[in-house]
Amino acid sequence: MNWADFLSMDGRGFYVWGSFGAFLAAIVIEIVLVRLRIHRAQQAVRNSLGQAGSSATEKVPR
Amino acid sequence: MSAVPVNQPALSTPESGVWITLVRDTKLAIRSKGELAQALAFFIIVVSLFPLAIGPEAAILKRIAAGVVWVCALLAVMLTLPRLFQSDYLDGTLEQLALSPYPLPLLCAGKMLAHWLSTGVPLALVAPVLGLQFGLEASELLVMVAGLLLGTPVLTMLGAIGAALVLGVRGGSILMALLVLPLYTPVLIFGAGAVEASIAGIDAMANLSLLAAMLLFGLVTTPFAAATAVKISLD
Amino acid sequence: MSLFKYSAPSSFYPLAGKLVPWFGVLAFLLAVGGLYLGLFVAPEDYQQGEVYRIIFIHVPSAWMGMFIYLVMAMYAVLALVYQTRLSAMMMEALAPTGMMFTALALWTGALWGKPTWGTYWAFDARMTSTLILLFLYVGYLALMNAIEDKKRADKAGALLVLVGSINVPIIYFSVKWWNTLHQGASVSLTQGNKMAATMLAGMLVMALACWMYSLAVSLCRVRAIILEREPHAAWVKHIREVQA
Repeated sequence: MNWADFLSMDGRGFYVWGSFGAFLAAIVIEIVLVRLRIHRAQQAVRNSLGQAGSSATEKVPR
Repeated sequence: MSAVPVNQPALSTPESGVWITLVRDTKLAIRSKGELAQALAFFIIVVSLFPLAIGPEAAILKRIAAGVVWVCALLAVMLTLPRLFQSDYLDGTLEQLALSPYPLPLLCAGKMLAHWLSTGVPLALVAPVLGLQFGLEASELLVMVAGLLLGTPVLTMLGAIGAALVLGVRGGSILMALLVLPLYTPVLIFGAGAVEASIAGIDAMANLSLLAAMLLFGLVTTPFAAATAVKISLD
Repeated sequence: MSLFKYSAPSSFYPLAGKLVPWFGVLAFLLAVGGLYLGLFVAPEDYQQGEVYRIIFIHVPSAWMGMFIYLVMAMYAVLALVYQTRLSAMMMEALAPTGMMFTALALWTGALWGKPTWGTYWAFDARMTSTLILLFLYVGYLALMNAIEDKKRADKAGALLVLVGSINVPIIYFSVKWWNTLHQGASVSLTQGNKMAATMLAGMLVMALACWMYSLAVSLCRVRAIILEREPHAAWVKHIREVQA
């Protein structure tokens, strides 16, 4: 199979790769945003725990 | 707004729940004639703008008449929705109503009925005049009025849920449009469809029956949904 | 031990944390398999040519858009009837992903429509109701954003989604009705030819991949929402991620 043919998709590459590209971009962006959100939330909790006094966190049983 | 007391000489039947808010809100609506006239004027002006934008060609105007009148009716009803709960919410009357011994769904039903009487009915009565501007025939005008009389109560009922949800929320009126307009699409389709069917010489009864079915379904369900929404917003 | 244990955020948070990587890996493997089937194995469609391969992402997107709204409606019932906080949080976590898939369904549909039927957009019954579904997602997210009191926002959002979900079949029916009335604007989306088995397999595998992806992303998002909502809860101090 020929890669140039594959990419051109009968000359309709714009439509096919426009679709797949948007799909991939949307998913990558969503994953990045969600990871950012959970890291921020965890960071915020960490900060508030640090302010509350570092001794409290150390005594926590694991 | 609290000039009209909430506690009318009470009958103890449950229908009196409907009656109380119906009478009270209707009195308020009649007293503030300005607001009533504003919605109507808005409807007339916006409908009259379309020929200016599209051109005076009679065939085109007749083709778009049903859609234009219905979309404008939709917007006019939507703009009056804050009247349902807003002032009662701000002056605490709504809280009293929720705490009163009457069932809240019936009180909401009364409010919806009053709102429909003060917006939907006038819109439906003015619509034939506007339809004439667009070249509709008498039988088509009749279908349009029937459709509006069946459809505008559904707009009020669905709108009441949205209006109750956004009580006291910043930027509430645009937000309410976002919530309510997608839900309005079936009414728009069947309402405008009825007029178009009669223009095309097809029986409009199918569309009108579907509107009536939605009205009946809404009558049974939306008072409960609106009451739930009011309770959520008051908590 | 009962399942109800996991309706408490304190026990759901670690459970979700354990599940996310599994669903993520599963989604990745299924997507690789599905794309291989769709792009390399499945034969060219003899009517539409290569461009039909868009369906391998278009159809799963459209399915997920609808399916996620349905799942949200089920959580809405739980949130309103049983007043469970977690159900409302799940709704909030699912909505952005559902909206994304609905938007992708419209976008890929437009790019498929242009070479196949000669137009990016037609007010076809399915496209129009998908557009209205997108509006329903927008309305829900706007409402959640506008109400500051989270308890109120949860219930208001749940009621809105419930009302919306009852309306979805009515909207779909009305749009179909309207579409048959206006034959001129419609394009026929019904496949004339029988779908090859590999095409169907590719589509199903991709749909599964999207499903697993949605689970992974929304579970990860619900964890963030849990922490955002109750950063001062006692159990939060004990979780592994906030220490170190």
